[in-house]
Amino acid sequence: MNNLVILPLIIPLITGIILMFLKDHVRLQKTVSVISFLITIGLSAALVQTVYKKGIQMHELGDWPAPFGIVLVADLFSSLLVFTASIVSFCCVLFAFRSIGKEREKFFFYAFVQFLVTGVIGAFLTGDIFNLFVFFEVMLMSSYVLIVLGGTKIQLRESIKYILVNIISSALFVIAVGYLYSVTGTLNMADLSVRISEVNQPGILTVIAILFLIVFGLKGAIFPLYFWLPGSYEAPPASVTALFGALLTKVGVYSIFRTFTLLFYHDQSFTHTIIGYMALLTIIIGAVGAIAYWDIKKILIYNIIIAVGVILYGVTLATPEGLTGAIYYLLHDMVIKGALFLLAGAMIVITGTSKIKEMGGLIKRHPLLGWMFFLAVIALAGIPPLSGFVGKLLLLQSGLETENYTFVAVLLISSLLVLYSVMKIFINCFWREPRLSAEQEKGSTKGLLYPPFMLLILSIFMGVGAEWIYPYVAEAAQTLSDPSIYIHSVLKE
Amino acid sequence: MKVNDLVLQTVAKVIVFMIIIFSIYLFWTGHYTPGGGFVGGLMASSGLVLLLVAFDVETVKNVIPFDYKMLIATGLLVAVLTGLGSFLFDVPFLTHTFGYLHLPALGEVSLATASLFDLGVYLVVVGVTMTIIQTIGENE
Repeated sequence: MNNLVILPLIIPLITGIILMFLKDHVRLQKTVSVISFLITIGLSAALVQTVYKKGIQMHELGDWPAPFGIVLVADLFSSLLVFTASIVSFCCVLFAFRSIGKEREKFFFYAFVQFLVTGVIGAFLTGDIFNLFVFFEVMLMSSYVLIVLGGTKIQLRESIKYILVNIISSALFVIAVGYLYSVTGTLNMADLSVRISEVNQPGILTVIAILFLIVFGLKGAIFPLYFWLPGSYEAPPASVTALFGALLTKVGVYSIFRTFTLLFYHDQSFTHTIIGYMALLTIIIGAVGAIAYWDIKKILIYNIIIAVGVILYGVTLATPEGLTGAIYYLLHDMVIKGALFLLAGAMIVITGTSKIKEMGGLIKRHPLLGWMFFLAVIALAGIPPLSGFVGKLLLLQSGLETENYTFVAVLLISSLLVLYSVMKIFINCFWREPRLSAEQEKGSTKGLLYPPFMLLILSIFMGVGAEWIYPYVAEAAQTLSDPSIYIHSVLKE
Repeated sequence: MKVNDLVLQTVAKVIVFMIIIFSIYLFWTGHYTPGGGFVGGLMASSGLVLLLVAFDVETVKNVIPFDYKMLIATGLLVAVLTGLGSFLFDVPFLTHTFGYLHLPALGEVSLATASLFDLGVYLVVVGVTMTIIQTIGENE
């Protein structure tokens, strides 16, 4: 028993409940949110350190042993994600303090953010496939509310699409779990892995694996299933989009990693080839979208899709270096997407529009915002001293070692296109002749810049301090590439 | 046109108590027979809905002056605190226990901490159902 595993999950839950009682006291809500996030970040940092020092930690809910009860399992992969997710959501909430507005704050905005974080952290930590479904629903229910809260026309329209797609994918998830349960007779992930390797994954289990790929692909927006994402992520305010862009699709990607490294790894020539092609097409579609639009939000949203493709290809590079690269890129991408959406939110606050052609010359009066955006852009593209470089380098290296030359070419070209698409924002919005004079500006950036600044500092640290972070990520990849470590520490055989 | 619904209102006043008592019965017997917090909560809120049908929203609000949104939060808090209580005894989250008690009128009864968790579920279900129905009902 280790309470450290469950506390990062319980604290946002209790905070959400307390915030419901504080409906009319906005200042108190903010204070409680900040305190709870600081505690969650501290505890999840302690969790990372404990798992690194002592191996996989777990918590058996209700004191029932592993295959019978629900277990929460923290290996290094999930605890690193919990740590990053709590930092990014903290920064998004700090941004919301200044930008979200009274009418949303009074209707349980901060409570729903806490419930969203509960769902995300729970999905990372759980060791039971039906419990994973429940935490997906906790996360999605809160995201439905956050996407529609405020009730503008575009939010209502896009939330209908978003809810429709997610309800269908949740129904598919239940069906897939039902099939898996009828074949194996268990729901615990470690036990599932043992049972599947006993029968060596016959055809029916490969079908179920593909069904899971479709379910998690719908949640994580990979190639033929990404269609709902560009519209839905454009609708809500910037701090909510940042929260979604940094966390929600990554939970889908995490689940694909977990299921295809722990459960369905016996028929790699079939399943992993399909994942590989889907990942490549996801990168290509994302790149096409990113260079096509002249709208800040749209460009950044298509960059999410590119990153999902890049990370997903890491599953098929079943080498430890490939997985290390993918995990590093996953952590980097959560941080940098949060920073980019928050910076874009600040630009939209100033200009009142998200169309690139209606902006210009912002660097004159907002030099700090401009250079922060520049830094985020080159970190996203993967320029050496910053965080995007390490992950991409490792991915390229193992792509060359395993002779996946198509992937190497697509990754390098997509990096160029990513750089072009975001540089287009920087050059056209910050340089050129100023479009707005000081009194024409729609709002001030007072207090809006320090949350993305914190994320940028973290991103620089992840690049410069790669020496410190690399052992953690490599250890996480080690656990992923050898399922027996996970199984032995959960089932204690 | 004013409808005379004297029969409905008179019947409702009697029936509501029966429904609520039946919901409490379902809640208490959930450990050994079909029932429990969820269906008990739904039954209780169906009694309150009958009041809403027989009278109007304003009257019911005066008779039962609950803020149902706070009832949801209270129910959640009860459920989570029941889970957290197990930390005091150094056992994992949501570990439950039970014991046999000799009560004056009822004789030997078994009491389980799981029923506290169920109480939380009961309150949340009543709160959620009534919030949905009242919000839709009030909307012009």
